[in-house]
Amino acid sequence: MRADLALIYDWVPQGARVLDLGCGDGTLLAALSAQKQVTGYGLEIDSDGISRCLEKGVDVIEQDLDQGLANIPDDAFDLVIMTQALQVLRRPDLMLDEMLRVANECIIAFPNFAWWRHRLSLGLKGRMPVSRSLPHAWYDTPNIHLSTFRDFSDLCRMQGHTITDRAVGNGSKEGQWRHRRWPNLFGQDAIFRVRR
Amino acid sequence: MPETLSSTSVGLVTPQVARFDTPLMLACGRELPAFELVYETYGTLNETASNAVLICHALSGHHHAAGYHHVDDRKPGWWDAHIGPGKSIDTRRFFVISVNNLGGCHGSTGPSSENPATGRIWGPDFPLMTVTDWVHSQAMLADRLGIQQFAAVVGGSLGGMQVLQWAMTLPERVANATVIAATPRLSAQNIAFNEVARQAIRSDPEFFDGWYSEHQTLPRQGLRLARMVGHITYLSEHSMGARFGRDLRTDSLNYGYDVEFEVESYLRYQGDTFSTRFDANTYLLMTKALDYFDPAGEHDDNLPQALSTASCRFLVVSFSTDWRFAPARSRELVDALLRAGKHVSYANIDSPHGHDAFLLPNERYEAVLGGFMTRIANDVERAAGDHA
Repeated sequence: MRADLALIYDWVPQGARVLDLGCGDGTLLAALSAQKQVTGYGLEIDSDGISRCLEKGVDVIEQDLDQGLANIPDDAFDLVIMTQALQVLRRPDLMLDEMLRVANECIIAFPNFAWWRHRLSLGLKGRMPVSRSLPHAWYDTPNIHLSTFRDFSDLCRMQGHTITDRAVGNGSKEGQWRHRRWPNLFGQDAIFRVRR
Repeated sequence: MPETLSSTSVGLVTPQVARFDTPLMLACGRELPAFELVYETYGTLNETASNAVLICHALSGHHHAAGYHHVDDRKPGWWDAHIGPGKSIDTRRFFVISVNNLGGCHGSTGPSSENPATGRIWGPDFPLMTVTDWVHSQAMLADRLGIQQFAAVVGGSLGGMQVLQWAMTLPERVANATVIAATPRLSAQNIAFNEVARQAIRSDPEFFDGWYSEHQTLPRQGLRLARMVGHITYLSEHSMGARFGRDLRTDSLNYGYDVEFEVESYLRYQGDTFSTRFDANTYLLMTKALDYFDPAGEHDDNLPQALSTASCRFLVVSFSTDWRFAPARSRELVDALLRAGKHVSYANIDSPHGHDAFLLPNERYEAVLGGFMTRIANDVERAAGDHA
């Protein structure tokens, strides 16, 4: 499992009702349901992802996150997870509120634009950074709302939500996720745990 | 039938007949004292009878879903694209059953059968059927075949409604449900189209209030018109346009009412062939069953509540250009299932072919349906292995 997913896996309580936004091929939900008796759904728009989920027995619903979560009632879930999707949304701020409407808690993982290598690329070379976490060239990237570790902290506070945990990681190797010093500078990927 | 049969075809199949002498109580309050169901099966039932898949047919469909009846058949069964060895519904792994619904005109007891009480053809006296009645009759067939629970019940359009009804009415007998290009209830527009079709049939001078067979005639014109209207709603504007455009049959306009455009010729052909092979009373009955279907209506319009009895895993599939039962109708169902806390997956397949897309090959459709069915087959085989 991807390192960020492994960390999220550890954060999900046994038997939780989970909504996974942009669930990809359903790897996380499949593991959670097999080993932690988690139930819930993945939302996904990629057709290959949907087929892979179905093969795994993961309940997946084709839904464009930019259309919101209006079809999901308040408090329908214990936890909403969103990995690597925040930055492609048209309104990440509205989505954050929506996530904390349908559940009391959410976990969000996204690339940290303020990682030192990204800063180096932009600051010294004057070029848009390309890295493992931001693999696209500027002209074909789906990422329209890149943010930094600090930006996201500010957004949560501004919207009145509580950050209960956060971590940053470098690379996809396991065991590298930690509560670093200067996470905004040294974290390539960020994970936040947020409550209402 | 093609000279060399593809390895993904179920090949030659023979329909079977099951006769039931136990009465069937119907939603309309009447009772069928005895009846026959015609069905086909593909594949082999496993030892624990846990690999059975029921295929429910749509308005003008029947039991012949896959393979060929005769070596000189031009076309295979109506869902041959998806049933066969290695296909989405893999007959190497599943035992597939397809039934002609009661009230149909392809062998099961229906308006053109003899009413044992009178010795006359049932004709318009045949009771109106509901989707629930079909579910009950199909369950009797399952009993006969020794199938306690279906690994999956699968159907498109009116067939999808039967699947939904199965899940609600007999939840313990359905492990998985696949509802394709269907709707939890018809819209006023849907009912309106059905009514135009029915009026076309009923106003045919050869209809004789449904007693046409006793007059040795057939309301062909009415049935033809009904099918033409229906056919328009099954296609998308795009697929009609792409196929016919405004192409003329002749070099120039002839300023008359004969066939001038290719699309007119096509519709007349569709209507003509249909009117010779389908029974008018059956068409009326089937469209009524469509109109009546409304599980939410029985629960103060609360669809999640109507679905609350279901315990299976659902797959709901819609098609982007289907305007007969548009993707939004499938979304309504998915949202209700979600609210009811059921296991549900949903995919909207991009297709230019309108409602008919559910019958046609499509890579993504096959990946979705095939993915869902593969998981079911794996589960069934794992459980059978544990059992053994």
